[in-house]
Amino acid sequence: MSTGVDMGAVLQAKVLDAVTQRTPLRIVGRNTKAFYGRAPSDAPGVASPTTCMAAQVSPEAGCWKRPALTDTFVADEDLSIARHYGVVSYEPTELVITARAGSSLADIEALLAAHGQMLPFEPPYFGVHGEDTLGGMIACGLSGPRRPYAGSVRDMVLGMKVLTGKGEILQFGGQVMKNVAGFDVSRLMVGALGTLGILLEMSLKVLPRATSDATRVFSCNVGDAISRMNAWAGQPFPLSAAMFYDGQLYVRLSGGSASVSEACRKLGGESHADSDGLWASVRNHKHVFFHDDTPLWRVCVPQAAPPVNIPGAWLLDWGGAQRWLKTSTTDDVVREQTMAAKGHAMLFRGGNRQGQVFHPLSPALVTLHRRLKAEFDPHGILNRGRMYADA
Amino acid sequence: MTTAVFYKQELVADLRRILPADAVLCDAEDTRPYECDGLSAYRELPLVVCLPQTIEQVQAVLHLCYNMQVPVVARGAGTGLSGGALPLKNGVLLSLAKFMRILEIDTANRVARVQPGVRNLAISQAAAPYGLYYAPDPSSQIACTIGGNVAENSGGVHCLKYGLTVHNVLGLKVLTMDGELLEIGGATLDSPGYDLLALMTGSEGLLGVIVEVTVKLLPKPERAQVILASFDDVVKAGAAVGDIISAGIIPGGLEMMDNPAIRAAEAFVHAGYPVDAAAILLCELDGTNEEVSEQILRVRELLQAAGATQVRTASDDVERLKFWAGRKAAFPAVGRLSPDYYCMDGTIPRKRLPEVLKRIAELSVEYQLPVANVFHAGDGNLHPLILYDANNPGELERTEEFGGKILELCIAVGGTITGEHGVGVEKIGQMCVQFAPQELAQFHAVKHAFDPQGLLNPGKAVPTLHRCAEFGAMHVHKGTLPFPDLERF
Repeated sequence: MSTGVDMGAVLQAKVLDAVTQRTPLRIVGRNTKAFYGRAPSDAPGVASPTTCMAAQVSPEAGCWKRPALTDTFVADEDLSIARHYGVVSYEPTELVITARAGSSLADIEALLAAHGQMLPFEPPYFGVHGEDTLGGMIACGLSGPRRPYAGSVRDMVLGMKVLTGKGEILQFGGQVMKNVAGFDVSRLMVGALGTLGILLEMSLKVLPRATSDATRVFSCNVGDAISRMNAWAGQPFPLSAAMFYDGQLYVRLSGGSASVSEACRKLGGESHADSDGLWASVRNHKHVFFHDDTPLWRVCVPQAAPPVNIPGAWLLDWGGAQRWLKTSTTDDVVREQTMAAKGHAMLFRGGNRQGQVFHPLSPALVTLHRRLKAEFDPHGILNRGRMYADA
Repeated sequence: MTTAVFYKQELVADLRRILPADAVLCDAEDTRPYECDGLSAYRELPLVVCLPQTIEQVQAVLHLCYNMQVPVVARGAGTGLSGGALPLKNGVLLSLAKFMRILEIDTANRVARVQPGVRNLAISQAAAPYGLYYAPDPSSQIACTIGGNVAENSGGVHCLKYGLTVHNVLGLKVLTMDGELLEIGGATLDSPGYDLLALMTGSEGLLGVIVEVTVKLLPKPERAQVILASFDDVVKAGAAVGDIISAGIIPGGLEMMDNPAIRAAEAFVHAGYPVDAAAILLCELDGTNEEVSEQILRVRELLQAAGATQVRTASDDVERLKFWAGRKAAFPAVGRLSPDYYCMDGTIPRKRLPEVLKRIAELSVEYQLPVANVFHAGDGNLHPLILYDANNPGELERTEEFGGKILELCIAVGGTITGEHGVGVEKIGQMCVQFAPQELAQFHAVKHAFDPQGLLNPGKAVPTLHRCAEFGAMHVHKGTLPFPDLERF
């Protein structure tokens, strides 16, 4: 099975051109995560909102309809990967899918669902119409509620085809589960925000969907919630998500129906009527907590760390490992308190996008980041300043 | 006095200023135990062996070597199977064996912070009182160290469900060649910046020296049960694996052995294997009590439908461990059949198994060397064991050539030359087949970012383009090699 359009050669020509002209490129999929990362003042402007439709997949016909793209979709200085899309191969019994970066994430997930499989890390959608791409998912490296129990987006990456800032198309990793030949450059690309290369194609491990899900709800305070989530995660319960918001602890169980019912019985609590809706809202930031313009921070601490002392509103996901914070307090306060809790914090949405959005690195790591960046993008043309001001 | 001798004396004298006298070994009788790792066909005496026991000492050794331009090879327990810890005759062999302390078992966060010389199994043993364990379980787990596991990205029989080392490590403390201490990750589920944790894992000691590791601990499954299925045809056994996965079941372990491997294991540990079967599958299901009960029934049905001649479920934990004992002892068991054996480590897309096994059998006839196959069937990682006798002139060379052919076959069907053992010195030639020159050049570029002088474990894992040209696998364009100016180490 191979569908879609391979624009690798066209993209390569554009990069080589940009190398010659020394034109900085801003890599764009469907522009659903334009809010994410830094918006350096010298970078090309943010592309206008998209009106295009997500690509449609039709597994029966084995073909993809070409997505309708409007001419105004990207500005000239942007490098769009949206037209580089399609499934290269999908073998359900091998648990591997390989697809191009511009592929619609929703279509990939629909294709997997049709075969009883899933991306276990529940990647978030930020597009108004769910038009997020696979490439954007990898570049941002974001995972949803199932992540602590089933692995992250980076964990599921098996291989990648990358177009470097030198204009070379290189392939790393592969399509098999175990592969230790060469440095793990594929996983290095995850969360690098396109600063090391333009992601062209990715192979991902997929898993079977659970046959049964249930969510239990408990009223408690935040301290108890953290203790319970972690105590349960240390026992063989079929946990697949755990979060705390506004005095309520929500725990999802997934697996065979007998296993899920038995776990519900053991854990107690109340049943939640709309398990799917609840977790989708947390995953995609549609939950009422996120309906707000206050700067949103992603605070990561060891899962069982006690509540971090920063004023603001909190939603704790990932069993306490990923804590969302809405606060107007200063960056310094957020970072100091988070570091005191042995964690790191990034300004996820809103606030000052020209500043230090991602958690500052130690001087030794800054040097190493610069050197790595220079080895992949010696002319400094790829998504300059999107991650750190000087990388 | 020759320059080389003077150089060694100066180095030893300087090292003795940094380390206690008994932590610097330079006489051949003392350095001999370090001349090889688990791949004993390759041997080399190091110039000096260092056995530091603090991070500061390692830092000082690296700093000295950096200033003197002496190459360094780090070593854990030396159980690696690809020659990754093979010493250099002009270099320092840096043993991390004295870093044996478990620093912290954090039960609330389910992580363990350990020194690199801690044995893999020791972590699970320390976590056991809390109902927790460290998931990756390479066959050498009683001896191999966690530092080596990280360097090689080691696997084991439970990888399909629980992942490799890279999926189970949260933090590292690493010293770069110039003695800089990097703290990568920690007890959080991810860390800011580039994913250096992934890059370090499996980097075979080329990027830095690991001096501390934080690993994830998992709750022990409520129940584990194993099924032993016999087949009169390896193709049927291979198809059965696909059937289990297609049914939406991810077993904790799913292993296949062919007839020569079955016979060897049975003769060695009396696991109760059917010695007349063409292949057996060992399928371990773990999870909650209910999950295992449900899946055991389903898997039995699937195996029978796939044409298994016999399907047995271990009646208790004693029998379960007996079934596993045969598999875990497969390598030494095969070792009893022959003076030497050579273990390969390719990974293939599972569906290509029948043709790969058929081709290996043909090559076995062609090279007149018997082969036993042990297969991590769930994740496609194949370990053909080639039996040979190094005392017969030319047999080692024939074995290596045969092994090389198997690896190239793995690449040809869309797989890789190494699933879990690493490239080391052993598969360095086949790297030229698996990767294009520009990709190898990018690996060198990554190495350059960490170790510009190329002093850490040079000559391993990533071949120079020069070497590839000699190996004959390089695509030479118009009579010139690409990147003639590329730094070679």
